[in-house]
Amino acid sequence: MEHTGVNNSSKALTDIKVLEYAQFVSGPYCTKLLADMGAEVIKIEAPASGDEARTRGPFLGDLPHPEHSGLFLYLNTDKMGITLDPTTSRGKRIFRDLVRWADVLVENYPLGYMKKLRLDFGALKKLNPKLIMASITPFGQSGPYKDYKSYYLNTFHAGGEGYCLPGPPAWLLFPDRPPVKGGGFLGEYDSGLAAANAILFALLAREETGQGEYIDVSQQEVLIGCMRHELGACNDGYIESRASRALPVGGLMQCKDGFVDIIPLEARHWEALMELMGNPSWAKEEKYRWSNFVSQVFGDVEARMQAWQDVNDFIEGWIVKHTKEEIHKASQDRGCPMGPVFTAEEVVSSEQLRVRGYFSEVEHSEAGRFKYPGYPYKFSKTPWRLERPAPLLGQHNEEVYCKRMGYSKEEMVKLRQTGVI
Amino acid sequence: MSNLTNNLPVKGMRVVDFSQVLAGPYAATMMAFMGAEVIKIESRTRVDIVKRASPTRFHDINLSKMSITLNIRQPGAVEIVKKLVSISDVVIQNFRPGVMERLGLGYDVLRAVRPDLVMLSLSGFGAEGPERHYSAYAAIFGTMGGLAHITGYPDAPPTEERGPLDLRTGQFVAFAILAAILHRRKTGEGQYIDLAARDGITSLIGDVIMDYTMNQRSQSRKGNLDDFMAPHNCYPCKGQDKWVSIAVKTDEEWEALCNAMGMPELSKDPRFADSFSRWQNQEDLDKIIGGWTSGYTHYEVMHILQKAGVAAVPSFNSEELFKDPHLNERGFIIELEHPELGKRKVFGAPWKFANITPQIKRGPMLGQHNEYVFSELLGFSEGEIAELQEKEVLN
Repeated sequence: MEHTGVNNSSKALTDIKVLEYAQFVSGPYCTKLLADMGAEVIKIEAPASGDEARTRGPFLGDLPHPEHSGLFLYLNTDKMGITLDPTTSRGKRIFRDLVRWADVLVENYPLGYMKKLRLDFGALKKLNPKLIMASITPFGQSGPYKDYKSYYLNTFHAGGEGYCLPGPPAWLLFPDRPPVKGGGFLGEYDSGLAAANAILFALLAREETGQGEYIDVSQQEVLIGCMRHELGACNDGYIESRASRALPVGGLMQCKDGFVDIIPLEARHWEALMELMGNPSWAKEEKYRWSNFVSQVFGDVEARMQAWQDVNDFIEGWIVKHTKEEIHKASQDRGCPMGPVFTAEEVVSSEQLRVRGYFSEVEHSEAGRFKYPGYPYKFSKTPWRLERPAPLLGQHNEEVYCKRMGYSKEEMVKLRQTGVI
Repeated sequence: MSNLTNNLPVKGMRVVDFSQVLAGPYAATMMAFMGAEVIKIESRTRVDIVKRASPTRFHDINLSKMSITLNIRQPGAVEIVKKLVSISDVVIQNFRPGVMERLGLGYDVLRAVRPDLVMLSLSGFGAEGPERHYSAYAAIFGTMGGLAHITGYPDAPPTEERGPLDLRTGQFVAFAILAAILHRRKTGEGQYIDLAARDGITSLIGDVIMDYTMNQRSQSRKGNLDDFMAPHNCYPCKGQDKWVSIAVKTDEEWEALCNAMGMPELSKDPRFADSFSRWQNQEDLDKIIGGWTSGYTHYEVMHILQKAGVAAVPSFNSEELFKDPHLNERGFIIELEHPELGKRKVFGAPWKFANITPQIKRGPMLGQHNEYVFSELLGFSEGEIAELQEKEVLN
């Protein structure tokens, strides 16, 4: 196929060709990470219905429309979109042609689905021995749970993080309530990011070997991976839970107009906080001295716990009289780590993010022009940037089928009429 | 799989890891899993806060690496770092913005000794802007990134997260480095990467941010609930603090759930007849389901419901995960022996390759690789090393 499209020559992943046969969050986020970094991504969607994310909100003005889903628009920037039904025999043929073109194939269908279509790695590597294929599933391709059904809620709780959420103060108020998942589709995004890392590793390996690779991403293992620091304590006989998440001093506290998180972990943080609070007289008492908090020898456990409790009460009593804005900058400028709990609105209006150029405005022909969140990394030589909006359903059919694969326009109409595309 | 075919992707690459706490160290560990020689710069004068709190947790994050002790604030240390960087490929650091420059180890200096260096600086908020000097532990960039506000019970305060947000940041760190390495392979060109942890967290809730930029709506906490699926929650099971998550999307799954619970009549109850009704009446629904799950262990509920085609998975705790038959059969639980910490089970890499076996090795002891690095790699004589120790450069 001929190479056309936007000029990506200054991006890090230029020249990498990716085929996406995935929906919802994990697979599409994986290929978005690659696409925004310059890879050429062709996304395959089911004719008529498209990616499941198109049926999820948030919708522009709360009016459901397949081209107006914020989830879909965010997750599919910089990709080309085609419709294709690989369950038809012609559709399979086209899929295989696309696999011959691709360096990477990403899919997130239930286990066994690709095999049923005879589009599993074993079959596809015969067409393209250099193919790197990544499958993202809740429990991976092997093991007793491999066929277990799991929606994003279940997958999150499978990873051990849910069991530790929420910690205090919510847990103190509702100790009998169930664990909760991370906000939004957190675990699904995590899996996409982990798969993208695995793909880059495989691309590096391929440069040495010239051989393709199959990558099995278990979302559960990705999530457990993010919990190493907490879960590993099990070796020491300590099981992390919602009840064990409190810091001795600080944490999430209520302020006048919301919540702030305050993390005095070092003596200098503590001094900065006391200075901010106007060096209150209680802080001069021996039992409330910083060196005594960090010392395991001070008093007995009960006395220490009581001191921690007292101190947190003092701090909270002060914080609750102030707004986020009043104390955030003042605290950080003095050197005490503090962060307000920001809503989406506060994130979007952050001056820091504006200076970093974190948001990009992208014009989408159906949905309109909005700010899109960007990435945490700034590269000196290969800057990422959003070049184009998510594709309309089947937007690049002509580009891919006619210009690249050589079908005539009449043939493309036939493909559509017969439900292939 | 034989070692002959184990083509570790970044074998032969050397990573100098100055980073502390969790995010940078975990990114470097992933590089080590995949074959890189990662040299962690430690010092008795600058002990990692994670290590001070818990040497075992520190170990679990710093697997497969080497450790040297080098006090970079001592005279002469800067020259040693430059020498090491000149034979390395990647530098990761998370000092506050400006500190590396003040030490005389900024990107310009290091690039001069290693022109194709990939250097990543990790901070809470980035290298420029009014908040660049703000200190940021994971809880801070979680709250300021927008995640805390949307995590937790709807009628309770937001939820603070710590460790796992650092490790998520570590995933971004690894991604940025790998992309830069691919670019370098193609062009021979290294580069500098400025990575802000808060920005990463915001990227992981992009759809929630889009709701604001499209609709000027700031979403709040939804607990375990979904926008249209119900039941979609965690339910109590037999035992102390044991829970199972259950999610139902289709009428077919709903009927299967009713049958599996031995309540076939429930599927005909008009309150729950279709997904919209189930969503509207989910409080009633949750009580009924919770009543049933309470009679079983969470493992029993999982097996009963999965057999019926219903998505049910326990909210696992650490002990259950280490013992879990699925993870053990997949080889994800690995037992290591550490000379100081004894036997420890750790988790493997978060991906499986057909032809590559990640190297999961125990973490290093402090300064364990001083001899290898200073003598073998950098060519210092025994006398010179003794002198550096005496001057507390190697400390």
